[in-house]
Amino acid sequence: MMAGTAAVTADGGTRAASRAAVALSDVTVAFRLADGGTYKAVESASLNVADGELVAIVGPTGCGKTTLLNAAAGLFPPSSGRVDIFGTNLDGLNRQSGYLFQSEALFPWKTARDNVAIGLETAGVARAEALQRSQDWLTRVGLGAFGDRYPHMLSGGQRKRVGLAQVLIRDPKILLMDEPFGPLDAQTRQIMGNLLLDLWSADRKAVMFVTHDLEEAIALSDRVVIMSAGPAARIIGDWRVSIPRPRDIAEVKLDRAFHELHREIWNMLKDEVLKGYAQTGGG
Amino acid sequence: MDRLRLTALQVLVAVVSIALWHVLTTIPVGGKPLVPPFFFSTPLDVAARVVKWFAEGTIWRHLWITLTEAALAFIIGSVAGVLVGFWFARQPMVAAVLDPYVKMSNALPRIVLAPIFTLWFGLGILSKVALGVTLVFFIVFFNVYQGVKEVSPTVLANARMLGMNDRQLMRHVYWPSALSWMFSSLHTSVGFAVVGAVVGEYLGSAAGLGYLILQAEGTFDIAGVFAGMFVLAVFVIIIDWMVTLVERRLLVWRPVAAETRT
Repeated sequence: MMAGTAAVTADGGTRAASRAAVALSDVTVAFRLADGGTYKAVESASLNVADGELVAIVGPTGCGKTTLLNAAAGLFPPSSGRVDIFGTNLDGLNRQSGYLFQSEALFPWKTARDNVAIGLETAGVARAEALQRSQDWLTRVGLGAFGDRYPHMLSGGQRKRVGLAQVLIRDPKILLMDEPFGPLDAQTRQIMGNLLLDLWSADRKAVMFVTHDLEEAIALSDRVVIMSAGPAARIIGDWRVSIPRPRDIAEVKLDRAFHELHREIWNMLKDEVLKGYAQTGGG
Repeated sequence: MDRLRLTALQVLVAVVSIALWHVLTTIPVGGKPLVPPFFFSTPLDVAARVVKWFAEGTIWRHLWITLTEAALAFIIGSVAGVLVGFWFARQPMVAAVLDPYVKMSNALPRIVLAPIFTLWFGLGILSKVALGVTLVFFIVFFNVYQGVKEVSPTVLANARMLGMNDRQLMRHVYWPSALSWMFSSLHTSVGFAVVGAVVGEYLGSAAGLGYLILQAEGTFDIAGVFAGMFVLAVFVIIIDWMVTLVERRLLVWRPVAAETRT
């Protein structure tokens, strides 16, 4: 019950694991408000993410998706319930995870190369080597020639690439992504999505990918999890996406299986979205 | 091209003002100039005085003393401001306890301290440095305090997720953020260091630009007063220009700095 609820296969297939990478059990997160009351963002959410599995979490705006991610990262401990990482109860920060934030998180006073290298430097890697590997990673995300630029000299999409390199250079076992491509335009999102799939397929980390875009969720993930409108959001649906990989984000959207799944999930999501709008005034 | 036009217009303002001053104080209208040169001097007298000061070399000692006072005030005030700013930002308890006293000291017009500093530190440069420090300290202190407190929560969360410990957070996040705030107030704090030095000299001293102006005033030597003001103004402009150069070098990562650079 506590962890290890993910499927176990004898042959240890690519996506199955003996222990869940992330296991949220009955997680409730409440915030204390300034007026003394409490706001329950997430209520008794349970979710297992197997090692090597890419799970997308979709829900209406303000439904506590980020809160759930913060609980898995150890940035904001849940009020009740437990978080297990590879079978071990999480206490403090989740050191095995990398977190790609929704808003600007790069260090504005560091160049792209230094921004990527810093994650290694904190781990005690010598600076020269860290810079060398940082350059390799910048090349992998297509920014090999931009290492000397400061974040404000890069476009939004380029900054997200730097962010991705900054997180992945530490080789975390778990990748937490909070609407990472949210502010980008449609074409750039597609390119970033393909880049993510490309990088992910190389070593298949466990990924929790939060988004409000159902199409993006289906195109990228192995599983789509739907959350209800907040407050006290719950997990109300869990679909497996069996579209074969490797996928191309643009092409997969033409797939018939994609459309059927989209229609099916949307039927459920739509009501929650309307509820969410009613509560937040469409914000 | 545009740059040239701008400079031309800027020079034009000076030429017109000086010409007007010259005409009003030297060309007699009905037997007397419109503006009495005794109270307003004339551009030529002022220029002659400035040239004389530099030709005789007497001005250099005064400039050097004012510069030393301003530089010491700036360095001591900045170091103290950075240290206390960090301390307050990292220890909310200390900040909360001392908050009313900080506000009280900052609200105090620093000029009333000048006589006390003269009593404590004498007529030499130390009393002027002390006055400058009280001015510079608060500007740097408030900026560093703000800079440490206003680090974006996302950047901070990212730093922690990237494995930074407290010492690394200090070095890679808080320190650069505080410095950027401090540098953005560099013009103000350097300006106040000069103000502290000159005002201190003006209130009692044996050397410096403020002393020069005070001496001239004491003997109704209006040309000397204007000449002193002119030298002081040029001195401040040169310092401000050097600050701009330093700032551009240090804040390359800032969007504004990059825009003005092109």
